[in-house]
Amino acid sequence: MMRDLILRAAPLLALVALIVAISLLAGMADTVTTRRVILCLVNVVCVVGLYIFMGNSGVLNFSSVGFMAIGAYVAALLTMPAGPKGMFLPDLPVWLAATELPALAGPFLGALFCAIVALAVGLPIMRLSGIAAAIATFSLMFICYIVLGNWTSMTGGQISLMGLKSYVGLWTACAFAVGAVAVAFAYQETRWALALRASREDAVAARASGIRVARLRLGAFVLGAAVCGAGGALYGHFQGTLRVESFYLDPTFLLVTMLVVGGMRSLTGAVVGCLAISLLTEVLRLVEVGIPLPGTGAVVMVAPGFGDVVLAALMLLILLFRPNGITGGREILGNLAGSGHRHDQV
Amino acid sequence: MNAAIQIAVDAMSLGGLYALTALGIGLIFSVMRLANFAHAELVTCAAYALFALSGQPLVMAFSGAIVVAVALAVVTERIAFRPLRRADPTTMMIASFTVSMLIQKLLVFTLGSRPKSLDPVPMLSQAVSIGPTQVSLLKLVTIAVCAVLLLALTLFLKRTSFGLQMRAAAENFTMAQLTGVRANAVIVVAFALSGGLAAVVALLFAAQSGFVQPRLGVPLMITAFVATVIGGMGSLPGAVIGGLLVGVVTTLLQAYLPPDLRPFREAFLFALVILALLVRPNGLFPARGLKERI
Repeated sequence: MMRDLILRAAPLLALVALIVAISLLAGMADTVTTRRVILCLVNVVCVVGLYIFMGNSGVLNFSSVGFMAIGAYVAALLTMPAGPKGMFLPDLPVWLAATELPALAGPFLGALFCAIVALAVGLPIMRLSGIAAAIATFSLMFICYIVLGNWTSMTGGQISLMGLKSYVGLWTACAFAVGAVAVAFAYQETRWALALRASREDAVAARASGIRVARLRLGAFVLGAAVCGAGGALYGHFQGTLRVESFYLDPTFLLVTMLVVGGMRSLTGAVVGCLAISLLTEVLRLVEVGIPLPGTGAVVMVAPGFGDVVLAALMLLILLFRPNGITGGREILGNLAGSGHRHDQV
Repeated sequence: MNAAIQIAVDAMSLGGLYALTALGIGLIFSVMRLANFAHAELVTCAAYALFALSGQPLVMAFSGAIVVAVALAVVTERIAFRPLRRADPTTMMIASFTVSMLIQKLLVFTLGSRPKSLDPVPMLSQAVSIGPTQVSLLKLVTIAVCAVLLLALTLFLKRTSFGLQMRAAAENFTMAQLTGVRANAVIVVAFALSGGLAAVVALLFAAQSGFVQPRLGVPLMITAFVATVIGGMGSLPGAVIGGLLVGVVTTLLQAYLPPDLRPFREAFLFALVILALLVRPNGLFPARGLKERI
């Protein structure tokens, strides 16, 4: 019994070990590298949030960055010290201006708020499939961007919001990344997630078997939005400043690409995709700065901007040679447990 | 009356641009179910070609833009999309993102991200009067060009053998192949046509905005993409009508929203998009053959 449980949880344990190992390594590195790893772990939270819905339901979702933004602003407004808050946002409602919750409440309240919003907007949208769902969620992200960017009394609008408590260090980020992976794994082992994956493989057959597709999708959408909201809160408190511009097209495409490059049909894919692209970005950044070749006097160096070109080209190559992502939709150690728990691709 | 003419001209010229872009995206989608986000870069690169040839006569510059956009469209099809033809639509869509990003980053790397000013058709930058109203000549020309192109494309699709093959491929690709339609040829021609449309859009859009930068085509492509979905993904008349509709609604929101809500006008537009999709998930004019048979 115990052995079965461990075998069943093997993918989770492996992923947690991977994340903790990376954090341990980063703890020994210099400050700049550590900051890069923290950002990467925050991204892991968000990509996993995206995976919870997109991976299990197979429906494209471009709204995760919008929920990140909502989570980030909710956390900032509730936990900012009164001083900077009064300076940047003089028109806040009195109760909100006076609120200063402990910093760690931020990600959780941000997540909760995102879940409520996702429940409200998801209720109608989850009936859509395919490209209509893609456009509807894209529109959601756009609406978040426009509203947050112009609601000057609440968010400061186009100016940056500064003076957020910066408490997100390596181990906070690591803990949240582990937490997000655990939530996603626990969810995908439920029967709701299994039914949702059935609808991903064949919507009509699933419906004929009595699966309420829209309702299950809504559950995954709400959970995923909450995780993304927590990720957004971490992002804001890691940067210390908030700009609406950081929650727009570029991160939207980046998160989706990370998931698809890793393999959108498995949790391992979400984590691996995020790590792989973060690592590539970092290596290319180093090459732009210049890497001295040990033993020779030579320095490997490319012109600035070339790294971005190579990154885009590599992502395209990965997709061309592995259309199902790096992991091909399989979980790490996913074949240890009986065949019933494999997330096979059809 | 005065304002009404102004708004009508604005709406039709904007809608026309969206319709041409939406048609370029819709052509590709209808034959190979690819939502091609790299269409933005066809427009951008064509605009850069116009910039590079800005000393030349208009005919030269415009031909250059067409050559660049068509070549780019065909090359991206060959390199990136043909190998993925059997992959699922999500992967294809993400691949088109990465193609789009690759071209954008290449442009930033080689030409820099700073906007460059150009004025491809200076003779259009004057106003003409319709009755008492001053209207931009450029906008009128935009409307005319869109109308002519839509007509020409309709004739091509309805009256030529190649057009027939394309419509057959759009309706049922496998069936069309079985009856002897050459799949690769149809797809390459669709990409070439979409490149040509992108070049026209680049000319009109660059003339309006007066500058070109590496992300020039992106907002246009996004709006047009939304338009094709509202119109009915895979349906060409749907793409045109969706494009016109989005142009008209945008102009009306701009003109008639109360001033303190005006910064939120795009939020209203996208809320309407969601609403339209909820009412008609397959668009206003659902394409035949899009729904899977069981």
